[in-house]
Amino acid sequence: MSLGIRTGMPLVIVCMWLLMAVLGPFLPLTPDYIELSRILDTPSLTSWLGYDDLGRPLLDRVIAGARFSFYVSILVVSVSVIVGTLIGALSAYIGGRLDHVIVRIIDIFLAFPGILLAIALAGLLGPGLSNVVIALSIVGWVGFARLARAQVLTLKYREHVQAAIVLGAGTSRIILRHLLPLIAAPLIIEATFAIAGIVIAEAGLSFLGLGIQPPTPSWGSMIRDGTRYMLVSPHMVLVPGVALMLVVLAVNMLGDRLRDWLDVKG
Amino acid sequence: MSAPQSIFAKTKIKLSHGNTQSYSHYVQGLILNFILSRLSSAVIVILGVSALVFMLIHIVPGDPVEVMLGESSQPADRDALRQTLGLDQPLMTQLIHYYNGLLHLDFGQSLHSRRPITEVLLDRIPATIELALSGLLVAVVIAFPLGIMAATRKHTAWDSGAMMFSMLGISIPNFWMGPLLILIFSLWLGWFPVSGNDGIGSLVLPALTLGTAMAAILSRMVRATMLEVLGEDYIRTARAKGMSEQVVIVRHALRNALLPVITLLGLQLGTLLGGAVITEMVFSWPGLGQLTIDSINRRDYPVVQACVLLISLSYVVINTLTDLVYAWLDPRIRLSEGR
Repeated sequence: MSLGIRTGMPLVIVCMWLLMAVLGPFLPLTPDYIELSRILDTPSLTSWLGYDDLGRPLLDRVIAGARFSFYVSILVVSVSVIVGTLIGALSAYIGGRLDHVIVRIIDIFLAFPGILLAIALAGLLGPGLSNVVIALSIVGWVGFARLARAQVLTLKYREHVQAAIVLGAGTSRIILRHLLPLIAAPLIIEATFAIAGIVIAEAGLSFLGLGIQPPTPSWGSMIRDGTRYMLVSPHMVLVPGVALMLVVLAVNMLGDRLRDWLDVKG
Repeated sequence: MSAPQSIFAKTKIKLSHGNTQSYSHYVQGLILNFILSRLSSAVIVILGVSALVFMLIHIVPGDPVEVMLGESSQPADRDALRQTLGLDQPLMTQLIHYYNGLLHLDFGQSLHSRRPITEVLLDRIPATIELALSGLLVAVVIAFPLGIMAATRKHTAWDSGAMMFSMLGISIPNFWMGPLLILIFSLWLGWFPVSGNDGIGSLVLPALTLGTAMAAILSRMVRATMLEVLGEDYIRTARAKGMSEQVVIVRHALRNALLPVITLLGLQLGTLLGGAVITEMVFSWPGLGQLTIDSINRRDYPVVQACVLLISLSYVVINTLTDLVYAWLDPRIRLSEGR
């Protein structure tokens, strides 16, 4: 079966990202090894992506950075999907005062523009991998809760749900067995776009110095380090930036294709 | 317009509880209901956002006062700061003090500069507004022609090209776009300054960085809305009447597509304000975003709280105003939601 370039290319990039993340620790990489003679070396046949300001190989650092962007995004999106969907679905299904309160809480979280709340949370919790995951998850669940709530609201009066209630099924059974399978498609698509968003957010926090700390490589902190040497060594900004852009672009394109396949309105 | 109004005034309608009233009174009631419901939700959100921002200082691991002053600080200094910030009081008392301070626009004092935080914020607000408005302008100028072109030339190379640009714009984060633009236009071509806020030239690159991401999202919305409108019967009628394609697009399609796009624009302002924080850091732009990050690094948490609160509240106010303006422009919204 031919996938076509619009699906094939993004799929190849995402698979490479996954392989770099999973196989990275088993490869003979030296992301922190310093070679003073190669400081700021530009990309060449002997050094594929060049070296940074401390003489560390950028290829090794990009591969090592893939690991953190991958694990952070998968972890944050998994937590957000589970927590958000459960809260949103329960809120819509039970309704009444609970729903009223949860809608207000969702509104309050959505009032923080973009990445601002995550920046404040990560800044006050202090830098580090686990704090990045906590900060991004606290912000991430809201989108899924809103989506799951809206979907369940349109489905909860369907005949099969009413039949299940009459047959004596409990709330958890109705939500898990009768509602979740029907709202899975839009949630999967939202999760795909969320992965791209979290990859950018993690890199953004690291760019600001609030994420993963040196010497552990993150694409965001690599871009920040590169901005200091742009005039003499633009490759220090270009290499991690291209890696980041390709992954985000690929995930977004796959999300678009998935939306077409699953026939969900954007 | 007097004829229809007088008809409405004379038309009596029977409400569910049996009273009758004129149609115009009924409509006025609905509009009032709509405005009140929007304002009351805005007030609840504002109170909630403030409470959440208040809680931020309590999530600092360990003793926030020790973190702010450093481990080597004297116990007497810590106690003094704890007292100044009210952290020695019970949580509810702290919250009441905090709301009271907000009502009087008193955010306390900056630990770094020892100046009142309100003053520090006032210094920075103009630069952020300048950047946000310029970013918005860039977004609108790019997005509308692009979206209209993609919609009117659907399924052609123009459409694919525009959508590919949009996908790229969404996928390039502003902390990489900024350095790229600096590299090309400042370092290689020497057209604009690398950073700072010195004249109109220094605004171009930050505005482009901030505006491009929003243009990417907005152009998709313009395309989708235009496609929807172009499928309407009145467009077919306009074409059948022999109007030129330009008149059909601009006078008939675009005017009707504008309203929903304006609402979406209001919602996207959040992305713009959030993006401004990082963009300001990239270009050393002296606005609220840079102040937020600098204050995080200086452990000046009261200033961080004030910045986050101010940026979020301005977003809430803008969105509420967008809702009200939209309803004012489109009576269907206020009448259906006022009921």
